[in-house]
Amino acid sequence: MTATVNNKRTAGFKSRWAAMPKQVRWAAIAALVVLLYILPNKWFYEYLGFPIGSDYFAFYTTRSDFAGVLFDTAVFVLLAVGLNVVVGFAGLLDLGYFGFYALGAYTVALLTSPESRFGTNWPWLAAVPLAVMVAMVSGVILGGPTLRLRGDYLAIVTLGFAEMIRLYASRNEGIAQGQRGIPAIPHPPGTGTDGKPLFGVVDARPYYWLMLTLILIVLLLIRNLANSRVGRAWVAIREDEDAAEIMGVPTFKYKLWAFAIGAAVAGLTGAIFAGKQTFINSDQFVLESSILVLAAVILGGAGNIKGAIVGGAITWYLPEWLRGVGDLIGVNFDAAEYRILVFGVVVIIMMIFRPQGMVPNRRRAAEFADRRKEAVPQETVPNE
Amino acid sequence: MNFDELFGNFPALTITGLEQGAIYALIALGYTLVYGVLRLINFAHSEVFMVGTFTALWTWQALGYDQNSAAPALGPLILAVVAGLVVAMAASAVTAVTVELVAYRPLRRRNAPPLAFLITAIGASFVLAESFGIGTRRAPFGMPDLIPQKTVFTLFGAGVTNVQLLILGVTLIMMIALDQFVNRSRLGRGIRAVAQDADTAALMGVNKNRVILLVFVLGGLMAGVGALLWDLRFGYTKFNVGFLIGLKAFSAAVLGGIGNLRGALLGGLLLGVVENYAAGLFGGDWKDFTGFVLLIVLLMFRPTGLLGESLGRARA
Repeated sequence: MTATVNNKRTAGFKSRWAAMPKQVRWAAIAALVVLLYILPNKWFYEYLGFPIGSDYFAFYTTRSDFAGVLFDTAVFVLLAVGLNVVVGFAGLLDLGYFGFYALGAYTVALLTSPESRFGTNWPWLAAVPLAVMVAMVSGVILGGPTLRLRGDYLAIVTLGFAEMIRLYASRNEGIAQGQRGIPAIPHPPGTGTDGKPLFGVVDARPYYWLMLTLILIVLLLIRNLANSRVGRAWVAIREDEDAAEIMGVPTFKYKLWAFAIGAAVAGLTGAIFAGKQTFINSDQFVLESSILVLAAVILGGAGNIKGAIVGGAITWYLPEWLRGVGDLIGVNFDAAEYRILVFGVVVIIMMIFRPQGMVPNRRRAAEFADRRKEAVPQETVPNE
Repeated sequence: MNFDELFGNFPALTITGLEQGAIYALIALGYTLVYGVLRLINFAHSEVFMVGTFTALWTWQALGYDQNSAAPALGPLILAVVAGLVVAMAASAVTAVTVELVAYRPLRRRNAPPLAFLITAIGASFVLAESFGIGTRRAPFGMPDLIPQKTVFTLFGAGVTNVQLLILGVTLIMMIALDQFVNRSRLGRGIRAVAQDADTAALMGVNKNRVILLVFVLGGLMAGVGALLWDLRFGYTKFNVGFLIGLKAFSAAVLGGIGNLRGALLGGLLLGVVENYAAGLFGGDWKDFTGFVLLIVLLMFRPTGLLGESLGRARA
């Protein structure tokens, strides 16, 4: 019952939004983007009249540096946007998404750090494209043998892949330097107006802005891709792979594309992360994170870019914010500790009651509704 | 490449490989049974095993054994092992059934796409692992040393311990029992029928939901046995103990041909042995990679596994 009410409300908002003049819509989007850029600045809150330093912020996270949290949230959003291509558009389950992220981060670290065994000492910027390439190529290598088979094998192979990357990184002393990790990764280049480096250690804001800009660029690219021939092929594969194949869609090729594009976005995110962190080791790439990104996509609404953004923002930001709220009301409650448990439960519940997610893709919601109608009263087995 | 290590210790590596492989095989059975009937990778199965390892430990603690207690005499020992076995099997089966009833059955009722099942499966796996992780403060737990390992006899220069004999013996007995059950009994015929063709089986009067429930129970029971053997042999457990074992057991199931019971046994033993050879050849660090590499290579060249994948075609 609630679901239909919700649908009606969002549908009302959608039609009103679509009915607005184009200029108004663009202005609204531009205002939102500007707001996102302003968000980490202290003067913004002073201007609004919030007492700085006090705990009474509406959405400020008190326990950790707010700009840092925003950066982490942006990392998560970009990961969710990338995974959305794989899970939402093409309907493939990638459980080892963080593996590609780790690959991107390690590629940058190994090529740029003076402490790495390679001793190449590349500048950060030169290593980023290579990191994206490495992630993409490993996606093709991994997807090649598995995507020809049933989709469910992909899930377990990617799951294994992410864990193997982590295991290798934690045990290999020669290249990945085990638990010690790789320190002294250079920051992104650039000098601020005051002559100091733009990307430093203390201030997380420039990284957040960089990430935000990248998100906007990636969004634009993926949106265009989704509306093109490639995107239509993905939807066809997701809805019915056999039918798509018969209609002449080269399904294997497009599945591999979706997988590789998802991997490339993860590699890019990892590269930026390494540039901010300046130190990486295997502990930063635990498998749970892969599941958290998946939960973000499912929660927000697979197949919808907006949904992925909302989901990514919620899964990372909400627990951080709740920590601050816990402090405020005097409860020592670390919401991040329960993050995986809570979002695991959320995923199970969502799959049963609202598989299309919070911000559904219209077409995908219709697919679910269709299947539900086809369900015969006597239960059927999901035999393909 | 350390060939001396491999050939010098060949018999010992084989025996430890068989022993570990037996545990993989018991868990692989759960994957294979569920896959054969539902075409679903039940990711939560690794956690079904994990629950078994913990409940066996708790049973022993309740009986008054801890890490420091001396090994009991034969009478109390048998009592403790049997009690641990029964509790672990029951707990694992209950966990597996709970996952089916809470997570998968509502999805089937709604005719959800296969992707939704996989996502739910991984969600259920992490919910189980995390609730144990939070409940046990993510600490590892040592087991009471119920059966001190001692060499019973030597075979080609490699000592065979009492625990190894126990593991191999119990695994073989369980395998034969399960194989006979699926191939000979009336309920087993129902499982094979649903695996072959679910809709036709339903028309013939097979209650699909009951068969599916039965499959989860059987898988859980086998995982419970595997959990007890794991406790006796490796002597520790942790909330994430199931993850790597589950991955290996799944690889073993695919290796033998997923959906094939005898294939699960063959795949498990083979994986255990190959893994140990690889550890001898490349060093212990690489042991855990072997199963995964084997899985990828297998999917490239023989995705149906060694014995072919069919629970339905298994003959009486």
